[in-house]
Amino acid sequence: MNVATRPALLDVARIREDFPILTQKIRGKDLVFLDSAASAQKPRAVIDAMRLAMETQYANVHRGLHWMSERTTEAYEAARDAVALLLNAADRHEIVFVRNSTEAINLVAHSYGRGVMRRGDAVLISGMEHHSNIVPWQLLRDSHGIELRVCPVTDAGELDMERFEALLADGRVRLVAITHMSNVLGTYTPAERIVQLAHARGAKVLFDGSQAVVHRRVDVQALGCDFYAFTGHKLYGPTGIGALWARRELLDEMPPFLGGGEMISSVTYEQSTWAAVPHKFEAGTPAIIEGIGLKAAVDYVLAVGYEAIAAHEQSLTDHALARLSAIEGVRILGRAQDRGGVVSFALDRAHAHDVATLLDRQGIAVRAGHHCAEPLMRRFGLESTARASFAIYTTHEEIDALAEGLEKVREFFA
Amino acid sequence: MAAAPPAPDAFEGLRDLYQDVILDHGRRPRHAGKPETFDASAKGDNPMCGDRVQVFVRFAPDGTIGETRFDARGCAISVASADLMAETVAGRTPADARALFAAFREMARTGTCPACDAALAEPLERLAPLSGVHEYPSRVKCATLPWHALVAALDGAKEATSE
Ligand SMILES: Cc1ncc(COP(=O)(O)O)c(C=O)c1O
Repeated sequence: MNVATRPALLDVARIREDFPILTQKIRGKDLVFLDSAASAQKPRAVIDAMRLAMETQYANVHRGLHWMSERTTEAYEAARDAVALLLNAADRHEIVFVRNSTEAINLVAHSYGRGVMRRGDAVLISGMEHHSNIVPWQLLRDSHGIELRVCPVTDAGELDMERFEALLADGRVRLVAITHMSNVLGTYTPAERIVQLAHARGAKVLFDGSQAVVHRRVDVQALGCDFYAFTGHKLYGPTGIGALWARRELLDEMPPFLGGGEMISSVTYEQSTWAAVPHKFEAGTPAIIEGIGLKAAVDYVLAVGYEAIAAHEQSLTDHALARLSAIEGVRILGRAQDRGGVVSFALDRAHAHDVATLLDRQGIAVRAGHHCAEPLMRRFGLESTARASFAIYTTHEEIDALAEGLEKVREFFA
Repeated sequence: MAAAPPAPDAFEGLRDLYQDVILDHGRRPRHAGKPETFDASAKGDNPMCGDRVQVFVRFAPDGTIGETRFDARGCAISVASADLMAETVAGRTPADARALFAAFREMARTGTCPACDAALAEPLERLAPLSGVHEYPSRVKCATLPWHALVAALDGAKEATSE
């Protein structure tokens, strides 16, 4: 590879020191962790923030009048500010904490779908969605008489924009719900163009940013979208916390999702009134410690800087595509122009599960399966693939190890 | 970049799970393919990984299992397991085949079967190369799926019920 393309900005060795788990040995070998798209490892800063909160200032939030509760509430609400900064939200009240992307999308399907959409309206998704951006809309379709449309994916693994326009043409699509980056193909969807076309036809736009926000700066105001969902555990944060960003006026208009404590203004047996956004959508005791951990993760990512992260991961991806495509019998899924650090591949002689297990025997962790995207797998005529995915702490040497490991698997099955 | 040919021990750590028997039967199964006629058949499905197998059984006049064939889409372990199953259940009564499955399942889950009947020692030895899957709980099902389908077929069901 061209050494000049290596980013000078990211000191990977330095970064790796921040992730305690990376010193683990697997079967006596150095861990080569290439499954960060499923869930990323956690930096010391996140681990420490969560432990410190539990050791020094833990209580429930928004309800105690005592010192502990006040401090915990401050720390938890600071996470909202951090996420607002991360996404460049205009208003911190537009950040709704949820458990993960799946819950964020279900929240929109429930509150916007059932609350605002009418029978005969359509939701448009794409052929490269994660199941979490398919099934909530199917449930809405079946319970609420919504039509579900699917924009096809080209052989290159990109959105078919001609079909996309055509599917919007009758003006019945109320919501476009599409991934910002595919967890299988690595494809970035053309977000600005999607928003432009959708808005011109009166449709709102939700992006599933589960993968994209890990690799690129996301600016919801610049994108012009209406909803943005992401999950904390892929962004080096803990599990159990994610966020939905939505335009204030949409959140104001939408009915609540879950009912209970925290989300009310007042309750009588006859009637209850709702708290202001975002609390209207945050019923029950939230994931307090996880919120504090997410703030530490966001701070960490912003301190490293998206420019350095994006450059590093682009260089890793180019290197991986070059190394893997040089291996006989390897088929890489998708060749999108604009793609990030996720590479799915099939080996002609070996099933993806055998590939993953044989790589694991060599200390290399990849994912194998349908990656919660069965329709997309079928689109490419496969049941499963192996997938290597890259993170801030991934090295070029680890990709070399993958390539060498795969050569060995290929020989093994020869 | 051209890889140098691997050294003889290059596959160390791979062979213990994927022994020659598994590679051989995984690649060249002897009992694959839907037969023209059969007496019972059932499908097994592993939705977690997309593996699918259909097992076809023909009974001998005395009620024992005559011939078992299968149609599988899956990894080397599931295909090899289906093939070795077909081999080891031939000539057994359905009750015997069930007992063998119970013993094999124990072996796939734990790596050994201390309580196993001495009468099953011979077929279990034949199936032993598959016992390495116990290290991979998520792959135990690859080895047991064909057996679930076989037992479903013996029960007269069309579909194996997942564990
Ligand atoms: C593109 C995409 N969307 C949604 C999800 C769901 O994330 P979670 O399981 O955290 O809700 C994932 C990850 O699994 C993903 O990759």
